[in-house]
Amino acid sequence: MSIIPGKAAVVGIGQTPFGKGLGRTEYDMGLEAILAACEDAGISPSEIDGLVRFDMESLDEEMLLSALGNPDLSYFIGTPMGGGGSASVLVHAALGIASGMAETIVCYRSRARGKNSSFGKAQNQGGRYWERLAADLPDVSGMWHVPQGLVTAFQEMAMITRRHQIEYGTTEDHFGEVAVTFREHAIRNPNAVMRMEMTLEDHHQSRMISDPLRLFDCNIETDGACAMIVTTAERARDLRQPPAIIRAGSLGAGSHHRRLSTLFDRSREEDSAARTGKRLFAQADLSPDDIDCAYFYDFFTSLVIIALEDYGFCPRGEGGPFVADGGISWDRGRLPCNTNGGQLSEAFIHGFNNNLEAVRQIRGTSTSQVEDCRFALVAGANTDPTGAFILERAS
Amino acid sequence: MSPSVPRPLPTHDDVEFWEATRRGEFRLQRCSDCSRWRHYPRPACPDCYSREYSWDEVSGRGRIYTWTVVRGPTLPVFQERVPLVVADVLLDEGVHFQAELLDCTPEEVRADLPVEATLTELDDEFTLVKFRPANR
Ligand SMILES: [Zn+2]
Repeated sequence: MSIIPGKAAVVGIGQTPFGKGLGRTEYDMGLEAILAACEDAGISPSEIDGLVRFDMESLDEEMLLSALGNPDLSYFIGTPMGGGGSASVLVHAALGIASGMAETIVCYRSRARGKNSSFGKAQNQGGRYWERLAADLPDVSGMWHVPQGLVTAFQEMAMITRRHQIEYGTTEDHFGEVAVTFREHAIRNPNAVMRMEMTLEDHHQSRMISDPLRLFDCNIETDGACAMIVTTAERARDLRQPPAIIRAGSLGAGSHHRRLSTLFDRSREEDSAARTGKRLFAQADLSPDDIDCAYFYDFFTSLVIIALEDYGFCPRGEGGPFVADGGISWDRGRLPCNTNGGQLSEAFIHGFNNNLEAVRQIRGTSTSQVEDCRFALVAGANTDPTGAFILERAS
Repeated sequence: MSPSVPRPLPTHDDVEFWEATRRGEFRLQRCSDCSRWRHYPRPACPDCYSREYSWDEVSGRGRIYTWTVVRGPTLPVFQERVPLVVADVLLDEGVHFQAELLDCTPEEVRADLPVEATLTELDDEFTLVKFRPANR
């Protein structure tokens, strides 16, 4: 039995404005978000005693300690596997709280990784990851993919997407429906970067990037930072904001999109997201029917469709029809998803902006608020070893 | 200077693959105990945990499992050549291998298309395994 359920709560959220090529460092934006999250929670940064770092984060513990007045960290840990770890940060935070290792934990992500965000050639100077990763093939899969022309995550995702089409007949209309729905949500959200109206036709007319993925199937490239403060459920009752209780949190390993051979060797039921989902609902003692809204790692439209299947919101292969019926829409859907506009239209902060939006739903402050929202599910990237959590409104 | 294709950085676990392709041979790891093939190279068999293996020549034949057409943005060296068809080939030996598909337009590629390996020199040191439609 897990020690997680009900022990910790998200009590503060903070962010920078999101935008393209903001001309700021990840250090600067990260601090703005963390200080804003402390302010939101009504705590002093000196109270922070735990820290969960996203594994691609360049803003490290030492840099933060030196800017935050050297708080006394008794717990610090990271989440592996890139986007797969975007929700895992809260799982590790919940563990840190429930185990007594820390009482006030900050989780954060700061990104200046757009096309025009680079200040120089070093990894900590911002700019597109893949342009540098590809040049020096740093991991075991690089040598098998990159010399063949498979350079970026979106090209690997395109192959995974095509396979879903081959097996289940998923269509461009299905992909377009995800993009259009999340854009509708973004239009209602003043924080969102992309707020121009989008039709299915606009989606189909957008430029092909890597077949079958079009430009409007891809997450946007933005700069910005997000942070969350997590503390004990008990202490949360006395703080400024309505607490978002961490009802459950789970992790699951499996294959990784940067290693397509081993990814395609497994069935999706034996892969990270499906494993994570089963554990999550068992730990929460809930079923998909209980969830009021969900936040999937929408780096690409097609992966949202696959995530609906991975987490058991529809049978395998029926994610396309699920979204075509308006299933993920805020006002029409049986499962409103990514009500902030997600990473397709609000901002791409490696999923952390979705984490924040789930907290807003629990507080009742989303710009696309789900009525009487009690349970919100958030999942990390479903083509990596991953994690997921369920937030609950305190009764 | 024109941009060059990023080069592999072999390790002790996979250098035999690269030495073989330079000789014109497509070899993959095969478990000495249970005979299963594997790719990517791994120091142990994921089926029986044996650490004994050999680098055996594969048929080079397989079928398209999935594919994409790279159109960009991508690295300049590939941007010069788009559209580029890159596929996941399920080899007859039962393992997946990702490679560029040559002599096949984006309109011609389809699931289950039979393909065969063709070794393509990258430079003096490295030769890549690519594929083309079979029986052409
Ligand atoms: Zn074996």
